[in-house]
Amino acid sequence: MRILSLAGRRLAASIPTLFLILIGVFLLLQLAPGDTVDALMAQMGGGDAATARQLREFYGLDLSVPAQLANYLWRLVRLDLGFSSIYGKPVATVILERLPPTILLMTASLSFAFFFGLVFGVTAARGVNRWPDTLISTLGLIFYATPSFWFGLMAIVVFSVYLQWLPPGGFEDIGTVQTGIWRVLDIAAHLVLPTLTLGLIFLAIYLRIMRASMLEVLNLDFVRTARAKGLDETHVITRHVLRNALLPMVTLIGLQAGTMLGGSVVVESVFSLPGLGRLAYESVVQRDLNTLLGIVFVSALLVISVNFVVDLLYARLDPRIAAEG
Amino acid sequence: MDAVKRYFRSPAAVIGLILLLLVIAMAVSAGFLYPRDPLALAGRPLIWPFSNPRFLLGTDNSGRDIAAQIFYGARISLLIGGVATAIAILIGILVGAFAGYYGGWVDNVLMRITEAFQTLPNFVLLLVLVAVFGSTLTTVTIAVGVVSWPAPARLTRAEFLSLRNREFVQAGKTLGMKDVQLILGEILPNALPPVIVYASVVMAVAILLESALAFLRLSDPNVASWGNLIGLGRDVLRVQWYVSAIPGIAILVTVLAVSLVGQGLNDALNPRLKGR
Repeated sequence: MRILSLAGRRLAASIPTLFLILIGVFLLLQLAPGDTVDALMAQMGGGDAATARQLREFYGLDLSVPAQLANYLWRLVRLDLGFSSIYGKPVATVILERLPPTILLMTASLSFAFFFGLVFGVTAARGVNRWPDTLISTLGLIFYATPSFWFGLMAIVVFSVYLQWLPPGGFEDIGTVQTGIWRVLDIAAHLVLPTLTLGLIFLAIYLRIMRASMLEVLNLDFVRTARAKGLDETHVITRHVLRNALLPMVTLIGLQAGTMLGGSVVVESVFSLPGLGRLAYESVVQRDLNTLLGIVFVSALLVISVNFVVDLLYARLDPRIAAEG
Repeated sequence: MDAVKRYFRSPAAVIGLILLLLVIAMAVSAGFLYPRDPLALAGRPLIWPFSNPRFLLGTDNSGRDIAAQIFYGARISLLIGGVATAIAILIGILVGAFAGYYGGWVDNVLMRITEAFQTLPNFVLLLVLVAVFGSTLTTVTIAVGVVSWPAPARLTRAEFLSLRNREFVQAGKTLGMKDVQLILGEILPNALPPVIVYASVVMAVAILLESALAFLRLSDPNVASWGNLIGLGRDVLRVQWYVSAIPGIAILVTVLAVSLVGQGLNDALNPRLKGR
């Protein structure tokens, strides 16, 4: 219970942050050349000034900026994100449709990066300054420097064009209608390359942190005690060292949640996945500012919820945190 | 001088320095080697690399010399990376110094703003900024700088928090020094080394951010940048994959060089932490 109240307090503290972001971005978007009505008129193929004025009145764009901001925030409290003139649907609907691929992609990439980062980090730390360590550390440096979109394109060339093992893009095969397990497998096959592409840089970060944190914990007194009482090496690593070395890794998930969401903008564009990131890109190109603001809100919300989960996990891994709270 | 010696003892740091000097040499020599506009048509489109001695790295979809674009692209990447990093570090030091030195409500307000910037995914904020201010070289550089300052700010704040009650600062206070003098003249020089080392991380990320933006065709289309070229090569990826492959390697090498130099500096300046 104590853990929940601690994490809950941090969750409550992030509400002002959320409002700060929304107010900031809302005011920023007021500076943008052209508004929703301009975009709408351009799409209709032009129109006279009277129509434009009517539309502005309809969308409440003729009010003063503070009044518009107040309107927006008041609608937001009722979870109404406004209307997307480009898609002809409420923004909330558009975003909800695009959310599942992004969440799936982020979860898959995070699991991939976390698991292999852990394995490689432990391997490198156990053979510190010998060849496995050198090899893994060098690979980590190279992965860190690789632009994700470029890696994605090269992966498409190798695995989709030459080897033809995996589909080059899309979320599922739209040519054939599949159900049940076949649909799941089809989506999984489509997500292999995007997952690797998005996860690569995080794999590099995780393995570096895991290696450093393992090396630090391995030098602590309780490890010597564990060895002295005759535990075998595997037991020492898994039961004693790993649990303590995992803490920085878990912290990192929270810190990197935003970066990962940002990375998915690029990766979803490379693999034409119909996700939130691609929506963000499209709304910039199409000047759909209402949708863009909605995406800002949802991505901030997503980052805050990931951090909430991380707080819970953290307290679970290290009971001292809950006790001190 | 010990630090210099320690730096050159690490092979990784030396390799990084050589690679970085190579990229700088490319940026400097672009004007002599390729006096013509790198975005001008130079020959037949889509010549494979190493097949025509006039175009060592081949030509792109519209017949522009890839090698020339790579050399000029080094300028753009270093320029955007360098200036954006300077902006980010400057804002970061200002915010972090004030927050760490004054504490209290100043710290509270500044850290709330920092938190807001960190909660919003930086690439999404970058998209918003580009949507609002357009995509010229200047706006993109400033935008990349503006999304990158929170981490240096936090680092500077942490340094200031640990330094502000040290004896030399209190001595300064007793001497009647003003806050600005204490912050800039006394604390900042001591807080600076880790922040400068961190600048290499900021620069690596800045180069990657700009290239991603250019790849999505949201950066300045009128300059020869590596990201632009990768985005262009995407249209002919299935057969002429080299158009995208070559500039990607250039980005990889540059970012790798910057990170290796940063890590080398870190190990040289903080020898106790070596190997972490």
